[in-house]
Amino acid sequence: MEQVNKGTWVEIHRILLQPEERSDRLPEDSKSVPYEMRARGFLLEEALLNDEVTIKTLSGRVISGRLIQIEPCYEHSYGPPVYELLNIGDEEKRMLETK
Amino acid sequence: MLTDVAYQEVMNRKNEIMQRSLKIDYDQFKQGQIGFDYEKMMTQLGYSLEDVARIQKENQVGNTPLLELKNLTQLVRRISPKGKGATILMKDEAANPSGSFKDRRATLAVHEAKKKGFSGVIAATSGNYGAAVASQAAKQGLKCIVLQETYDSQGLGQPEILEKGRKCEALGAEVIQLTVGPELFYMALLLLDQTQYFNASLYSPYGIAGIETLGYEIGQQVKEQFGKEPAAVCVTHAGGGNVTGTARGLKKFGNNQTEIIGVSVDLSGLHMASDRDFNRKSFTTGHTGFSFPFSIDPDRSDVPRNAARPLRYLDRFVTVTQGEVFYVTELLAKLEGLERGPAGNTSLAAALVLAQQYDEDEIIVVQESEYTGAGKHPIAQLNFAKKQGVKIMSGNQKENIPGSVIAIPEHIEQLDVKNADLDRIRTSYLRNVLKDVDSQRLTDLDKAFLAQEVNKELDYIEDYLKSVNNC
Repeated sequence: MEQVNKGTWVEIHRILLQPEERSDRLPEDSKSVPYEMRARGFLLEEALLNDEVTIKTLSGRVISGRLIQIEPCYEHSYGPPVYELLNIGDEEKRMLETK
Repeated sequence: MLTDVAYQEVMNRKNEIMQRSLKIDYDQFKQGQIGFDYEKMMTQLGYSLEDVARIQKENQVGNTPLLELKNLTQLVRRISPKGKGATILMKDEAANPSGSFKDRRATLAVHEAKKKGFSGVIAATSGNYGAAVASQAAKQGLKCIVLQETYDSQGLGQPEILEKGRKCEALGAEVIQLTVGPELFYMALLLLDQTQYFNASLYSPYGIAGIETLGYEIGQQVKEQFGKEPAAVCVTHAGGGNVTGTARGLKKFGNNQTEIIGVSVDLSGLHMASDRDFNRKSFTTGHTGFSFPFSIDPDRSDVPRNAARPLRYLDRFVTVTQGEVFYVTELLAKLEGLERGPAGNTSLAAALVLAQQYDEDEIIVVQESEYTGAGKHPIAQLNFAKKQGVKIMSGNQKENIPGSVIAIPEHIEQLDVKNADLDRIRTSYLRNVLKDVDSQRLTDLDKAFLAQEVNKELDYIEDYLKSVNNC
């Protein structure tokens, strides 16, 4: 497996609370899964994917967790056209044109 | 270093952590058995309106344009009864540095943190407030951590929240992304304790006083441009801060006749702490999952006494559907040339309906707009909803089922609002606040507090107590 260099921007994952440690005020579906965290920062030591690592975050904190992504991307986007939106406006413009 | 600290251990230290991270002694405002002196809290801890305006100006926040939506006004008049169809104005809050009115709240919170000597700020929010705090922290030179509820247990993130996370990072903040659950509060406490940073809570007096300038500017701009008081201001209603701050600002300008109308997106039937429901909603803020519980129990927030008290100010409360908000977002772009984020258009959806009920020479103000972009856009949010199995269709609003069907109006006449029963919410508030209290032993101070809390006369409280005691 590829070695990840110190200083690489990475994402870590950590389980904060196991299901049995979670709040009592939860619906069943949430109560049955752990409470998890993800955070991004600069890797502080050479590591492999899935290793327990420490990172330095943008606020300067050093935190630890399992290395899950190397150079994580922002992948949220727009996606394909939505016809239910494309059709909006024509009729309203016609209404404005008629006196 | 993040260490595992048991949930209960942290929650037990809640008051101590709060006290240290806000440096506010809330006990000084205690009054009677159940009440507190709200105005004293706002006066003593908040800033004067002039101070707020000055601090915001120094940080390039506020003084946003008030836009007349001429085409939408004309469109509404085409379908209104003769003589009806108020002029619709929109306060373009997207013009603030981080793209929403939340900059007003953040400016003051970060200013206060700096004044008290904190080196950083923490905010727990999946909304625009995160970017606002990050932006102000960057400008005022403090460190910033934003905690967001972002993912479900499959690691699938809400596009709108992913975008807000990106923006926080772009502004130099550390972003902690969490799965679904109220333990967000536990994590916020844990980090406040470990970092000794300031709690930039949305619900501190600073978080609310910061919005008063928004209401004040609306009063002032409408007066300057139209020489009158707006008949109504539509305010997106979630945690109650937007309603509270805007209404207080309008009143401070002297607009006492303006109707304050709270507007929320209807997400009834979806559980806010449910891992499954999390990604079946297309709105992550401004919805009934916040506005109902926060109206009924404002002190459920992350501070001992919430400075957002919406029931004190709401004259009317209506809900709109997700489909309606997407429709008006599209209409605002196509007819007014203004592409803005959907969540910020919640009150616009209601205004297009309510304007039909006001006279032509009256003014109705849509109190905010927000920035838009990848993820935080009708196309992104609807495509995501489709992938979660939510049916997207054009058509009648009666087809809407939050979490299952989003019906997008095809025509302006399909827009409607649903009235939320404010009296019922007032009763629920009273039931909640009195649940562990012997109502026979309430003092005059307590009763006066309750009357203020629900914006009613003392008789209303006496009648309520009689009806409860007779049961």
